[in-house]
This record gives sequence, C-alpha cells and structure tokens, in this order.
Amino acid sequence: MISQSTLLTIVLAPLLAAIVAGLAGRVIGRIGAHSVTIAGVALSCGLSIWVLKMLIDGAPVFNESVYTWLVSDNVRMEVGFLVDKLSALMMVVVTFVSLCVHVYTIGYMHDDPGYQRFFSYISLFTFSMLMLVMSNNFLQLFFGWEAVGVVSYLLIGFWYTRPSAIFANMKAFLVNRVGDFGFILGIAGIVYYTGSLDYATVFGMRDAIAANTMEIVPNLEWQAITVVCICLFIGAMGKSAQVPLHVWLPDSMEGPTPISALIHAATMVTAGIFMVARMSPLFELSETALSTVLIIGATTAFFMGLLGLVNNDIKRVVAYSTLSQLGYMTVALGVSAYAGAIFHLMTHAFFKALLFLAAGSVIIAMHHEQDMRKMGGLKKYLPITYWTSLIGSLALIGFPGTSGFFSKDALIEAVHASHIPGATYAYWCVFLGVFITAFYSFRLVFMTFHGEERFGHAHHDDHAHDSHGHDSHGHGHGDHKPHESPWVVTVPLILLAIPSLFIGWFTIGPVLFGDYFGEAIFVSESRDVLGHIGEEFHGPAGFVVHAMKAAPVYLALLGVLAAWYLYIKRPDLPGKIAEKFSAVYKLLANKFYFDEIYQAVFAKGSRNLGTALWRVGDVAIIDGTAVNGSARVVGWMSGVMRHLQSGYLYHYAFAMIIGLSALLAWYVLR
Amino acid sequence: MITLESVLMLGGLLFALSVAGIFINRKNVILLLMCIELMLLAVNFNFVAFARHLGDLDGQVFVFFIMTVAAAESAIGLAILVVLFRERRNIDVEQLDTMKG
Amino acid sequence: MTITEILFYAFSAVLVVAALGVITARNPVHAALFLVFAFFNSAIIWLLLEAEFLAIVLVLVYVGAVMVLFLFVVMMLDVDVAKMREGFTRYAPLGIIIAVLVVVEIGSVVWVKQLEGISEAAVTVTPDGYSNTRALGELLYTKYLYPFELAAVLLLLAIVAAIVLTMRQRTGLKAQDVAAQVSVRARDRIRIVKMDAEKEVATPPESQSPGSQP
Repeated sequence: MISQSTLLTIVLAPLLAAIVAGLAGRVIGRIGAHSVTIAGVALSCGLSIWVLKMLIDGAPVFNESVYTWLVSDNVRMEVGFLVDKLSALMMVVVTFVSLCVHVYTIGYMHDDPGYQRFFSYISLFTFSMLMLVMSNNFLQLFFGWEAVGVVSYLLIGFWYTRPSAIFANMKAFLVNRVGDFGFILGIAGIVYYTGSLDYATVFGMRDAIAANTMEIVPNLEWQAITVVCICLFIGAMGKSAQVPLHVWLPDSMEGPTPISALIHAATMVTAGIFMVARMSPLFELSETALSTVLIIGATTAFFMGLLGLVNNDIKRVVAYSTLSQLGYMTVALGVSAYAGAIFHLMTHAFFKALLFLAAGSVIIAMHHEQDMRKMGGLKKYLPITYWTSLIGSLALIGFPGTSGFFSKDALIEAVHASHIPGATYAYWCVFLGVFITAFYSFRLVFMTFHGEERFGHAHHDDHAHDSHGHDSHGHGHGDHKPHESPWVVTVPLILLAIPSLFIGWFTIGPVLFGDYFGEAIFVSESRDVLGHIGEEFHGPAGFVVHAMKAAPVYLALLGVLAAWYLYIKRPDLPGKIAEKFSAVYKLLANKFYFDEIYQAVFAKGSRNLGTALWRVGDVAIIDGTAVNGSARVVGWMSGVMRHLQSGYLYHYAFAMIIGLSALLAWYVLR
Repeated sequence: MITLESVLMLGGLLFALSVAGIFINRKNVILLLMCIELMLLAVNFNFVAFARHLGDLDGQVFVFFIMTVAAAESAIGLAILVVLFRERRNIDVEQLDTMKG
Repeated sequence: MTITEILFYAFSAVLVVAALGVITARNPVHAALFLVFAFFNSAIIWLLLEAEFLAIVLVLVYVGAVMVLFLFVVMMLDVDVAKMREGFTRYAPLGIIIAVLVVVEIGSVVWVKQLEGISEAAVTVTPDGYSNTRALGELLYTKYLYPFELAAVLLLLAIVAAIVLTMRQRTGLKAQDVAAQVSVRARDRIRIVKMDAEKEVATPPESQSPGSQP
C-alpha cells in the first residue's frame, strides 16, 4: 500500500533541500549545501525505488487528491498524485539520474562561486519534475511543466555574466513559451469539453471529446480531439525540442554540463514524451494527431542527427544526439508504441546522462576546453571516463546487448510494423538515423580519446571555432597533462554505466512486451504494434539473436567503421569531403539555417510588429490621439471658454440678464 | 382698488431700473449693492401683491425671509467691501478681475 | 378712481423717480439717501396693499439698520467719487436698452399672458379686528417655525462673518490682556536655578580625548 505521506516526502524532500540550500546557502556553506540537497534527493530516490517495488509487487495504483486549491465553476483545481507504474518508473529515473548528477556536481562545480545556488536549483528541478510526473491532473502537470521550464531557464543562464548564456536562456524561454501556448490551449480545450482537469475523469469522458467538432476557421470542421491532441503535442514539441521548436536545445549547452546531463538530456526534455504517453487514451482517438507526432518525430530524429556530424563542440554533438533520440521517442509515440517510447526514454536517460557527464569529465580534464579538434588521445589519461563513455556510445548506437540496443531496435521494429500515414517516411528516417547516430557517436569517441594528442600546443592559435562560450570559469590554460577526474565525478559515471549496459536486458520483457504498464497506457487494438512484435518475443537473448538477422545492427557497425576510417585511418579526409560538398557542409554547419530564419522572420518580424504598434498604436493613436488628443481638445475648449471668464462682475451680470430675458421671451412667445 | 397688474408693473419697473443701475454704475461696488437691494425690493412687491390678491399670507412670510437674507447679504457684502478697500485702497469693480480665466 | 388708487399711483411715481435717483446720483451718499426715500415710498405702498407689518419692518430694518450701514460705509471709505463716475455715459445706452427690454418683457407677461386668471381673483375683504401682524406671527411661529429659526441662525452667521472679515489684529499695540493677567502663575515669572557653590578648576590639556585633537 502506497501512503500519501511517502509520496509527499518524495516530492517535498528535494524542495526543502532546495529552499535550505538556496536561502541559507551562506550559512551552511558549500559542504552543507551539497550535503542537504544530496540527502534530500537520495531520500527521494530511495522512496521512489521502494514505491516502484511495491507497485511491481502488486500494490494498487495510488490516485488521490492531496489538497484542493480552489473550485471554480465545478472545475476542481487540486494537487494530487497519480502513481502507477508509468509515473513510478519516471520517478525512479528522475531521482536516480538527479542523484548521480548531484554527486557529480560536487566535482564539476568545485571552484564555482555559485555552488550553493547551483545545488538549490537542481534540487528545485528535481521537485518540479517529480510534481510533473506524479501529477494526477492537468493543472499540476502544467505547474510542473512551467516549473521545470523556469529552472531550466535559470540554469542555462547560470553563468549570468556571459552574454551568450543570457541569450541562450532567453531563447529557451521564448521557444518554450510557443510550446506552452499550445499546451495551455490544449488543456483549455480539455476543460471546455469535459469540465474537469482530473486525468481519470477526462479519460473517462474521452468519447465525449471525440464526438465533438470545432470550427476555428469558418466552414472548416475539425475533430475536437485532433485539435486538442495537436495542441498538447505542440507543448511537447517545445519541451522535448522537436522540429521546429528544437532551436533552444543546442544553445542550452551554455549551461553547466551537469545541467545538460540532467535537464537537457535525461529528464526535462523527456517530459513531452512522458506527457504524450500519459495522454495515450486521448491520442489513440485521433489518427491525424498521431501522424503529426510521427512525422515531426521522424524529421527530428533524422535531420537533427545530421547536424551532429559536423559539429566540433563535444557538448553540442551530444546535444544533437539528444535531439535525434528525442525524435526516436516521438516516432515511437506516433506509432502508438508508448511503452517503447517510455522504455527508450528510460534507457536514454541513463546513457545520455552518462555521455554528458563523461563529456563533462573530459571538459574538466581539458581545463574547460570543449572543442574536439583540440583533444585526441585522451584514452590513456582518462581511463574511467573513456570506458564509461564508450559504454554510453555503444548504448546510444544500439550495440547488441546494451540497453540502447533493446529500446532502439524494438522501436524501429515497431515503426516498421505500423501502418498509419507517414510510417514509411518515419521508418526510413529512423533506419538511416541508426547509421548517422553510430557515425557521430564514434566520431566523438575517436576524436576525443583516440588519434594524436592535439591539446597543449593548439591552445592559443586556433580560435576560429564557433563563437559559443565554453565552460571557462576560473581555470587558466595550463600546459600540464590532463588527468583523471576525482571520484565524485567518476563514481556517478560508473553508477550510470551499469544501467546503460544492463537495464535493457532485464526490463525489455515486462516493460515492452509484458503487461508492465497495465492501465497506465492505453493502446487501441488496431494499432498495437508492440503486441504484434511481442508475439515473436522469446526473451532478451532471442531478441538479440533475432536482431542480428536485421539490417539496423549492421548499419550501426557500418557507421562505426566509417567513423573509424575517417577519423583514425585517414584524418585528412573529412576536411576534403567538407570542401567537396561545401554546400551541404555549410547547410549543416549552419543548422539548416533555422536560427537565421527564426531571427529574420519571428524575431525581426515581432520587432517590426512591435515597432509598428509602438509607432502607430501607442505613440500615434493612444498617446497622440487618445491621451494627448483629449487633453488638447479640453485645452482648446478651455481656451475658448476662458474668454467667457473675464473676471468682470458686470459681464456675469450681463450674462444673467440675457439669460433672464431669453427665459421671459420664451415664456411670453411660447 | 389697486389692480394686480399695476403693482406687478411697478415691480417690473423697479427691477428694470436696478438692472440698468448695475450696468451704468459698473465701477462702484457700493452702488451695485444698493441696486441689488432695490432689485430685492422689486421682487418683494410681487410677493406682497400676490399675497393680497390671493388672500394668502404665505407671500408675506416670504417677503420676511427675503428681507432677512437681504440684511445678511448686505452686512457681509459691506464687510467684504471694507476688507477689499483696506487691501487695495479702492473699490473699483473693473480692477477686480483676479478670477479671470 | 378711488383715493387709494390715486395715492398708489402718486407714490409709485415718486418711487420710480427715487429709484432713478439711486442709479443716477453722482454721489454715493445721495444715492443712499435716494434709496432710503425709495424704501419709505415702498413702505407706504405696502401699507396700501395691506401689508402693514412688512411696511413697518421695511422702515425699521432697512431704513433704520441696513441703509445706515450703507451710509456709514460710504462715508468711512475714502472713495474717489469722480473717478467712480467714469464711463457713466458710455454705458448708459446699454443700461437703457436692457431696462426697456426687461420692462417690455415683464409687461408682456403681465398684460399679454393675463396671468392665467389670477388677476380676476377677488380681493378678500378683511374682517373687523383683523391684525396683519398677528396673522403673520401665527403663521411664522407655526407653519414656518423651522425656516424662521434658520433665518435667525443665518443672521447670527452674518454677524459672525462680518466681524471675522473686518476684524484685524494690530501688532505693537500696548493693550491690556486681562485674561492673561488673571491666569498668571508664579513659575511664569520666577525661575529658580540650582547650582554648586564652588566651581571645579578646568581639566589639564593632556587629558583631552584623541578625537578633539587636530
């Protein structure tokens, strides 16, 4: 039996720690700050695992309201928890990765003046994310949604003295606003049609929504459920960085690396995926919405992966791979393989956090240099980092047996088995994406850890790399050799490497093909691709053997080989290829010109619109006509009227007499 | 027998004369005050005449009140006049234009 | 034409002439005296109109009090009478036009509109032993009691206002303030000071505080 107090403890422990570390940071000092936050998150993590275990052992789903905030027009706004296996899984992932990141941060942020503030923020983030996943109603979901957005904003701009960081966090905030706008419209639609914010009530009335149509554009009827689902998905697009709202995620790498790992790879960006999976009963009713999800996910998966090929910033390469993997998850949602999406979300959380933390470890060792062209041959200096990041990369490319393999391969199979519109396009996208993933992942590994040592001598001459800021806060560029990071950094790496390697093996059976999620996720019979695949599933070993007969695994190996050939065997080739296909290279290096287009169309457009409104609406109409105009009219009238006010007594007397005469004349002549 | 019309006309004449007085003597505040007294007297004539012709004493009561108010008015008016003279050493109405808009 | 009517028209003519005198007199004193004359005539006409009490009040209050006040003010203020007459002829036409206009209009109201039949109403003959003062008093102290009291308050207010306006505090006058003299206390006049019989010698300079050194 899950008790309410347990859940409250899980949620409130990080919040309390965040408050203590944030407000009393100076009093308790650095050690105090990290102790209290780690204790809070560890408590949360332990209880989450306990709750998950209870659920697996057959405890009933917890779905209760804890506190009623207000009731307005029969819409109850409450704080409540819905803890089923879906949210319990998310809770464990969130708190576990968060715990690792907390520990890791001790090493990474060692010299930073904002140490306590940082711990406060990441604990606050953990609280917000838990509120999001444990919510049993749309309002609290939205609260968590916005709260993680705020913390993300704060953390991207953590080094607030850097203009690039401020630009990046503003960008993330604005782009997320676009998504949130859709999201809140979706919620509004749900309240409009069902009059409730509670998940269970809404899902119970889903047929009522499906029966409705709405006319946003005159004479064009849309199914209400499609509009609502697409609006909700726009929210997911913003948060989970799907094309075309993905532009903020690469820039969010301006934040400290632990944040990139926790928020912008493992947890927050997957909130959109989680939300769509949670809303599966609604999405299942609209094939149009699912197709939209599928196509957007596939586009993200393939084209964002391409960008990873040409980037030289170690964190940005991982960031693009995150975008691509988020695309994979979205594709899984699109083909109704919600369990596959959540499964991939889980494995991805582990290995992507691992990759980011490993990248962070490299960055520490390189004294906050992020350009891969200035690394190379780090294997012998950073053995633990090397092996853990190799494990992460293998999981990412789907090497047979690793966790990423199970999730990704199942996902590709699911897309292959699906028949909804856009499935073919999506299949080719994810299929080719495998090669690209493998290529850029091992490009990263080879450029960083293998080959000749390019650091040391190249520090001062080559600053032609893209002008984004690096984690340079305090360290000078010493010439001494890089060395392995302290244990607080390496232990989380090892802790994350273990699930990255093995968790798929143990969980694929129940989570993907078994009845793990039960009622939490709804898939309609006709689209149950996972159930279809599951008929041929005979244990993880059998899955591996089966996959060996399919193309994706070999495609991945081909990608690794290609990377090896280009970056180890013939390091002169990539430059030549880039020259030869300079148009393509330029397109990729400029990220398909998304930023430029947004800058030109939306940023400039809204600026022009604002200027126009300011000039015409504000200065001319409101200030000029309404405000100053009325004053001027009054002034002019008064100027006329003041001539009547001569101040001479007999003028007034005369006026009175004239009035009297007129009155009498009217009386007489009437 | 004094007709109502003749009394009313007498009141009208007095009123017209006092109005003309206000316009003619546009400098001397004292004369203005006197003209106002005359004006009130003209109005009182009307009340007295109507009281008689309608056989209703209420008209005379009104005259009584008007006289009270007129007494108060002339008392305060003259007081103001004295203060005014003390301040400006003259009582020229044409120079009293501080209320000019 | 009865004797009453003859008297009425005669006094009316005198009244109009007196009013003319008020508005045309060169000297404000003369104007005031003309006004007194006009009030006297009015009182007589009111007597003819059987408003005896009001006629007496008019003489007592207006002539006795208000007009004396006017005369008093006129004589007290040192007004340049000649200067006050400036523009008299200039404004006379306008005054005449307005006067004629008013007379014509009032005349048309009186004669043309026929006053809706009021003028035909019979004048009641007063019974023997009728006292206008008594009747007026009965009305005033019953039906019009509150307005009457209000009028009293108004007069009081006028007195206070007139005094406040004209009173001035002259400084430097050696006037006696009896109230202050009566309410005086010993401590207002004498101050008892306690002090030591001996005085300490000034402290030597080296004990000065560091802050006071330059």
